[in-house]
Amino acid sequence: MIGGLFIYNHKGEVLISRVYRDDIGRQAADSAVFNSSGPLLEERLRNAVDAFRVNVIHARQQVRSPVTNIARTSFFHVKRSNIWLAAVTKQNVNAAMVFEFLYKMCDVMAAYFGKISEENIKNNFVLIYELLDEILDFGYPQNSETGALKTFITQQGIKSQHQTKEEQSQITSQVTGQIGWRREGIKYRRNELFLDVLESVNLLMSPQGQVLSAHVSGRVVMKSYLSGMPECKFGMNDKIVIEKQGKGTADETSKSGKQSIAIDDCTFHQCVRLSKFDSERSISFIPPDGEFELMRYRTTKDIILPFRVIPLVREVGRTKLEVKVVIKSNFKPSLLAQKIEVRIPTPLNTSGVQVICMKGKAKYKASENAIVWKIKRMAGMKESQISAEIELLPTNDKKKWARPPISMNFEVPFAPSGLKVRYLKVFEPKLNYSDHDVIKWVRYIGRSGIYETRC
Amino acid sequence: MTDSKYFTTTKKGEIFELKAELNSDKKEKKKEAVKKVIASMTVGKDVSALFPDVVNCMQTDNLELKKLVYLYLMNYAKSQPDMAIMAVNTFVKDCEDPNPLIRALAVRTMGCIRVDKITEYLCEPLRKCLKDEDPYVRKTAAVCVAKLHDINAQLVEDQGFLDTLKDLISDSNPMVVANAVAALSEIAESHPSSNLLDLNPQSINKLLTALNECTEWGQIFILDCLANYTPKDDREAQSICERVTPRLSHANSAVVLSAVKVLMKFMEMLSKDLDYYGTLLKKLAPPLVTLLSAEPELQYVALRNINLIVQKRPEILKHEMKVFFVKYNDPIYVKLEKLDIMIRLASQANIAQVLAELKEYATEVDVDFVRKAVRAIGRCAIKVEQSAERCVSTLLDLIQTKVNYVVQEAIVVIKDIFRKYPNKYESVIATLCENLDSLDEPEARAAMIWIVGEYAERIDNADELLESFLEGFHDESTQVQLQLLTAIVKLFLKKPTETQELVQQVLSLATQDSDNPDLRDRGYIYWRLLSTDPVAAKEVVLAEKPLISEETDLIEPTLLDELICYIGTLASVYHKPPSAFVEGGRGVVHKSLPPRTASSESTESPETAPAGAPSGEQPDVIPTQGDLLGDLLNLDLGPPVGGPPLATSSVQMGAVDLLGGGLDSLIGGPNFVAPPAAAVPPNLGTSMGSGLSDLFDLTSGVGTLSGSYVAPKAVWLPAMKAKGLEISGTFTRQVGSISMDLQLTNKALQVMTDFAIQFNRNSFGLAPAAPLQVHAPLSPNQTVEISLPLNTVGSVMKMEPLNNLQVAVKNNIDVFYFSTLYPLHILFVEDGKMDRQMFLATWKDIPNENEAQFQIRDCPLNAEAVSSRLQSSNIFTVAKRNVEGQDMLYQSLKLTNGIWVLAELRIQPGNPSFTLSLKCRAPEVSQHVYQAYETILKN
Repeated sequence: MIGGLFIYNHKGEVLISRVYRDDIGRQAADSAVFNSSGPLLEERLRNAVDAFRVNVIHARQQVRSPVTNIARTSFFHVKRSNIWLAAVTKQNVNAAMVFEFLYKMCDVMAAYFGKISEENIKNNFVLIYELLDEILDFGYPQNSETGALKTFITQQGIKSQHQTKEEQSQITSQVTGQIGWRREGIKYRRNELFLDVLESVNLLMSPQGQVLSAHVSGRVVMKSYLSGMPECKFGMNDKIVIEKQGKGTADETSKSGKQSIAIDDCTFHQCVRLSKFDSERSISFIPPDGEFELMRYRTTKDIILPFRVIPLVREVGRTKLEVKVVIKSNFKPSLLAQKIEVRIPTPLNTSGVQVICMKGKAKYKASENAIVWKIKRMAGMKESQISAEIELLPTNDKKKWARPPISMNFEVPFAPSGLKVRYLKVFEPKLNYSDHDVIKWVRYIGRSGIYETRC
Repeated sequence: MTDSKYFTTTKKGEIFELKAELNSDKKEKKKEAVKKVIASMTVGKDVSALFPDVVNCMQTDNLELKKLVYLYLMNYAKSQPDMAIMAVNTFVKDCEDPNPLIRALAVRTMGCIRVDKITEYLCEPLRKCLKDEDPYVRKTAAVCVAKLHDINAQLVEDQGFLDTLKDLISDSNPMVVANAVAALSEIAESHPSSNLLDLNPQSINKLLTALNECTEWGQIFILDCLANYTPKDDREAQSICERVTPRLSHANSAVVLSAVKVLMKFMEMLSKDLDYYGTLLKKLAPPLVTLLSAEPELQYVALRNINLIVQKRPEILKHEMKVFFVKYNDPIYVKLEKLDIMIRLASQANIAQVLAELKEYATEVDVDFVRKAVRAIGRCAIKVEQSAERCVSTLLDLIQTKVNYVVQEAIVVIKDIFRKYPNKYESVIATLCENLDSLDEPEARAAMIWIVGEYAERIDNADELLESFLEGFHDESTQVQLQLLTAIVKLFLKKPTETQELVQQVLSLATQDSDNPDLRDRGYIYWRLLSTDPVAAKEVVLAEKPLISEETDLIEPTLLDELICYIGTLASVYHKPPSAFVEGGRGVVHKSLPPRTASSESTESPETAPAGAPSGEQPDVIPTQGDLLGDLLNLDLGPPVGGPPLATSSVQMGAVDLLGGGLDSLIGGPNFVAPPAAAVPPNLGTSMGSGLSDLFDLTSGVGTLSGSYVAPKAVWLPAMKAKGLEISGTFTRQVGSISMDLQLTNKALQVMTDFAIQFNRNSFGLAPAAPLQVHAPLSPNQTVEISLPLNTVGSVMKMEPLNNLQVAVKNNIDVFYFSTLYPLHILFVEDGKMDRQMFLATWKDIPNENEAQFQIRDCPLNAEAVSSRLQSSNIFTVAKRNVEGQDMLYQSLKLTNGIWVLAELRIQPGNPSFTLSLKCRAPEVSQHVYQAYETILKN
């Protein structure tokens, strides 16, 4: 299990260090001559801490693996802005769990004090220690749901002195119970919920316009302000469900078949009853209060690719490149795409660029080695074009320019996967509000993920 | 309010100030002070001096302050064990606090304090907490048992905590169950034999129920524990699988991977004919692909695991090639792993796409990645025959880029392509040779040298090319040296006439001027092969190579099976068993996949046998270049050479031709001489595989002989002539190696050290093959026995008598000279048996004036015995005739310098005198051969 957890700043200075197991740095201890236990622990700790700094943070090369083994000690690290979080172990731990835990740790910290920065960490170090004490015990991750943690973490949390006995046991049963993510007795005057279907569409296209790979990874984020312990049921146009239901009338199947989508795989927040999904493919749950990610999914079939990029790169002699890029929008003309940005990479030895574009603004950014073309809005079924002349400095570098792909960013008000929310039903048997009383909002946003066309 | 101000107190007298603040009456001030103390602790300052003051703050009902103090205690209790006792009372009291949060906090913290005295006090509170009414306390206490076990395992057993912990598996609260499982699993790991977890269908059922209800982390603990269970039959395995599959949709990747582990493991027990088996296979693919949309670090863990899964069950992901295409912005570690999996999934169906991708990657920036991409193209060529041509042309395109590392990598893979498809792509050799100069990496140089050696007959200037490498022989890496040695020997065997010098040069570089035992051994083997029987050498060195298999870099099947049991863990990330990176006894239990149950065995068809089964279809793995033995056996020896080494007359003629016409005349004196045995232990032949034993049969002639006659030691240098050093000795020849067995006796009153030995030039070029090694100083009246290996590659000068050897021995006192006569039979080589026809022709060919006749008197042996006794000294009976009651033995022998001696031995039954007629092109030796006969027969 996790033997210790360290947080470093970009200089490699330790901001937080919490050791759970004695074996960290045991190697160093064995070789040490002196035998008093006090300084030894410190010594070992420092060894482990230094080993990571020297070998990873200050390493000359790019990091080659997020898991590093130094002197039989394994270091797992993730980086958030310029803060390094490192988990250390000497055992054969569950590696996936350690990373999941580190991410969760980041989420929890972000939920408490916002951005993870050196300043924020220093400002909240007592809180972090308290959190670390609670969410990891002897290196075993314990409950890490922010909602539950907020009920009993003393730093900036609820004042525990004034808790009654009932409150205390309520906390503990919630922290350990089946519904660890929601506390009882939540009341809202207005029961309201928001569903955001957020998709990122990824594409890799060959210069000839052949789709090499494309997939949509989507998330359904729910923000709920519901009273009591509401039982929710979520439905979407999942092909498997639609076909199962549509068996009765063939007509309906063919009609809805068009609108349903094939989901390759999906994962759910821990509040969703997985066994029920497995057997009936229905998504039922009691949601945490506030915002959470209900599900993630991935689709690869029948994706609506909102834009098509047609590149044309011509090398004119050794010192000149001519680039022409056409983008075509491919969705309903009534919809508007926003924040469109096309990034055309230029060689390192570029000396000057002339750009002409029909729409939006284009600029050569020398520091990024790219021409960045921005268009604020673009309706569906339209086309636009940019052409550029790139002057090159002559070099004697033998190696050819690698021609990185042209990438694109955008945002569209629909789900490129074709996913539609069919319903979200709410039942709260104990309180007297019904499904109809709940105000529901649904929004679809499709964004570009890695949307690249090779040139 | 911010905490960062606590970090800034660095002024002097800080400890003193803190002390005052800690003892303040105001709660707020105390709290602030403790925070400052903890801040100092974090940045590594020693604040242990404040121990008593901080402990004093412990008795408070303020939970916030209490937590801070506990934090301090965990850090410093160990350095102040005596004072830590002060805290015990508060701990014990806190364990009884009405607030469950405080009870849990106390028991949790106490477990973290690794001080023996405190541990004793921990037992009672822990016992109570394990049975606490509040689940939060129980779940904390469960982990505390594991903590205590880590400190004092015996105590945990004695106090019966293990049983209580087992009871908690049936707890009503899922988190308590999960923590109890985690604690028990950890404890069980250090007691591999104990049946601590005692998993049975009932307890498994409880775990599966808890699985649906506990936190994501708890699910991981339970799944990891389930993976250690072996169901009793396939039905049970299936029912567990059914209850585990829903976990594949969990948002937590670790839950998914642990579920995959359970399924992969239990699948082993399911029959492939089962519908459920197919369903399960289909269910596994999507979640694995989904893992690739996680954060990059998790992607890396997932990819390392997928790499294993793809090797174990390629069918799961065979249609998912595209998701492993590399994205431009992937971190390099993700790119490299994806590439690995792409190669594994490449098949005829998707090869066009894969190749297009790989070509794209080969133009990227990162050197490692580009190299791997180039290598992958080669692997594709080997794996998918239909694509080989396209791959080769892609590689040639890449070579044209002249980017140094691309060229080198391409050459390395082309070597393998040549081996996979012999006589197909050799036309590209010319292009490769153009790039010879740009190769600066050992692997590429070695590959190029291999190509030159292997195709020497097609490359006109092969000898020049190889010679150019030879110049800097000693600066090359071992890999290149070995390859160069082999390549030149190949070249020699293919073009013997022009390359003798070259081969001589490389053999002497390898055997005499190198410190590397592998290189020397290989050099000796070749040398000996060439000197004894070049035809056999040809068969061995130029033997047809086994085709290399399609799959490469596979993990060895038993290791793979073990790693499958470790899916999700570090072992699966490192692709090493835990014992390779975990210290001590923990986690070193070897795990293995469950065997398939009997019911399904019969229905299994051969082509669906699991990869781990010991079937003949197991793919060979291309040995890595570092694997020298494997390299030697596979590349150079190929299939074992069968049959007796010297079979037909034509073979023998060839041998004579090659040696006589080529080397003998060229070098005149000694040429290929069997090297000393020091490098080749005689019993090696039996202990190694058939390939090697055959090799040694070649050199030891008949193979059953142990060695020639050894005369008793005689005094060569009396003590009075050498200031107290007495040397006696004799010569031996055993399995092709000559040695001088010396006995040094110190008859002086002073200790002798620094021994060295040197020979004067002599008729047969005898020279020490190793320095004289007397390990310890020789004290007065002490005797040492030394066997000094000799070779016959020293300088040659004809001596009178012919077998005279002048020796100089040096020690710390002086240098002494003596001369001795060696029996000629130590120079008789093991392949001195001449073919009959050859014998006849040679006999006629040698002029009669070269014939010498001798009488051997008083020898009571019969023809049979004579023949066998002589044979053990390498005098071989070629034929036997009975003429008028007399036995005529026709014998042949060969000296180390290639001189043949033919003999006719006439034995009359009843007459102890034999007549020996010797015929030789160098009649000077006859006299000494006669003496050898005498000594051998009469002793």
